Amino acid sequence: MNTHRRSWWKTVLGLVLTAIMLFPVYWMLNVSLTRTGDMRADPPHWFPWAPTFEGYTDVFGDQLPALTTSILVGLGCVALTLLISAPAGFALAQLRPRGSGVLSFLLLVAQMIPSVVMAMGFYAIYVRLGWLNTVWGLIIADSTIAVPFGVLLFTAFMSGIPRELVQAAKVDGASTWRTFRSVVLPVSRNSVLTVSLFAFLWAWSDFIFASTLNRNGDQIPITLGIYAYIGNNTTQWNSIMATAVVASVPAAVLLVVAQRYVAGGVTAGAVKD
Amino acid sequence: MSPTVNGATVVAGAAAPATTASAPPTRRRMSSTRWAALAFLAPLLAYLAIFYAYPLYRNVELSLHDYTPRAFVQGNAEFLGLANYADVVTSSTFGLALRNTALFTLVSIAAQYAIGLALAVFFHHHFRLSAVLRAMFLVPWLLPLIVSASTWSWMLNSENGIVNSVLEAFGIGQINWLTSPDSALWSVIVANIWLGIPFNLVILYAGLQNISGDLYEAAALDGANAWQRFWRVTFPLLRPVSAITLLLGLIYTLKVVDVIWIMTTGGPGNASITLAVWSYREAFGTGQPDFSPAAAVGNLLIVIALAAGFVYLYLQHRQERS
Repeated sequence: MNTHRRSWWKTVLGLVLTAIMLFPVYWMLNVSLTRTGDMRADPPHWFPWAPTFEGYTDVFGDQLPALTTSILVGLGCVALTLLISAPAGFALAQLRPRGSGVLSFLLLVAQMIPSVVMAMGFYAIYVRLGWLNTVWGLIIADSTIAVPFGVLLFTAFMSGIPRELVQAAKVDGASTWRTFRSVVLPVSRNSVLTVSLFAFLWAWSDFIFASTLNRNGDQIPITLGIYAYIGNNTTQWNSIMATAVVASVPAAVLLVVAQRYVAGGVTAGAVKD
Repeated sequence: MSPTVNGATVVAGAAAPATTASAPPTRRRMSSTRWAALAFLAPLLAYLAIFYAYPLYRNVELSLHDYTPRAFVQGNAEFLGLANYADVVTSSTFGLALRNTALFTLVSIAAQYAIGLALAVFFHHHFRLSAVLRAMFLVPWLLPLIVSASTWSWMLNSENGIVNSVLEAFGIGQINWLTSPDSALWSVIVANIWLGIPFNLVILYAGLQNISGDLYEAAALDGANAWQRFWRVTFPLLRPVSAITLLLGLIYTLKVVDVIWIMTTGGPGNASITLAVWSYREAFGTGQPDFSPAAAVGNLLIVIALAAGFVYLYLQHRQERS
């Protein structure tokens, strides 16, 4: 009985802490539903008693192209990341060529390079090639965040695949490529999901590359859509917050659908199971 | 026990004698594996060369020349050697940016780690709803940074922000969180701490789960109270996980541009400028892009990040050997 009472107390504390932590998220929702006239009310309205959907009408009026661009960039980034990192992870984990230690180290170092530095390098290159303000240019730049992570995660996971399994496929006459495609990849389904999830989320959330390489284009992603709103009409915070809510949808969906993979991706490499 | 490569080769040879007749000798097979490995790595190697090494090389080149937007297109920028670096280091912004970077990074990761660890220990006591609430804590980390940063700037708005409105109820006058030089840096630090808590919580929680429950029982039998159990058992055993959490936090926080840029653009004036924000502002933040000093600042930032990384690797190496 004592333990029961004590754990009840902990649940209440947990609820309070979560409420404090998520208050900004609640506030974003609240402001997105507040009427423009009430935006500067003093004190601010704590609950959207008279909700308005002006903000959301604006989002779907103005931001649909930006949302489409973001989805396109996200999916492109997932495809590019998987295409490069899955075979590389397989090679590093199962074929272990000479110099793989050096390569893993380089990938670790690559993750330390600030995006703003990469953005300048890409800008200098894209300006010559005429790749500024293109969707594929942004896909390539965004993928530089995900590829080193992807290779390291695939290497860590694929090292755990029993060598017997890979060798058995070889004995059956499968080529290395077939072994990879028909044996290793299906077994690695979870890590494929984790890498895809993060590649999509990072590309979707990216602001630095979008605001440097894609700022004058017709096809801007949703993060720049929000940024343009902030710059233009500081009075319409309900529209800004409505766009922010819509831009948060993928994160919310992924959290509900794939929480296991999110936690797996965060802890990959940091904690040995 | 996992079989070695040689062992597996032997098994393969024994199991399929019919095919070994035409199979190449071991040495050639080894080299065929090497070719296969190279083929599988080729896309990555090409990718790293074109999309990592080349932009970095261009960045070094930018920092050694005087690139104006026109010189960018024409490609005839004047070579300056290290003059850009000298200008940057002697600039009055440099000391401030360095101090702010140190403050922003160290305060952020220390607070994120402390709060993350406290929450991880709290959630480690399983209670009703603990798994759901722990999942909810991930939300701030998954939101696009521009979403969180713009929400925070509206919450901290001087006239209409909820934070000032609550403080007013307690009789505290208006604080210009983002527009006063005294508080701008601290405001972005608070927002950044909030952003980093989920990451610390998840990693440290996973670390806690790997500590055997027997140890706690033994400590409890020896009469250790909860506080002593934390400092004598949990904290020392969590050291490797703590180290990697802090390192990842350090590397991540050094790079932060979005949060600061969206909330204060490094201002007012230079009050909340960090090296990363300075670099971004010089290159992309004004109507007059100044790529060469921006690249110099960026390269200095890389050097700092790498130095931090190597110090960590060295410490880890020494710890493993002892």
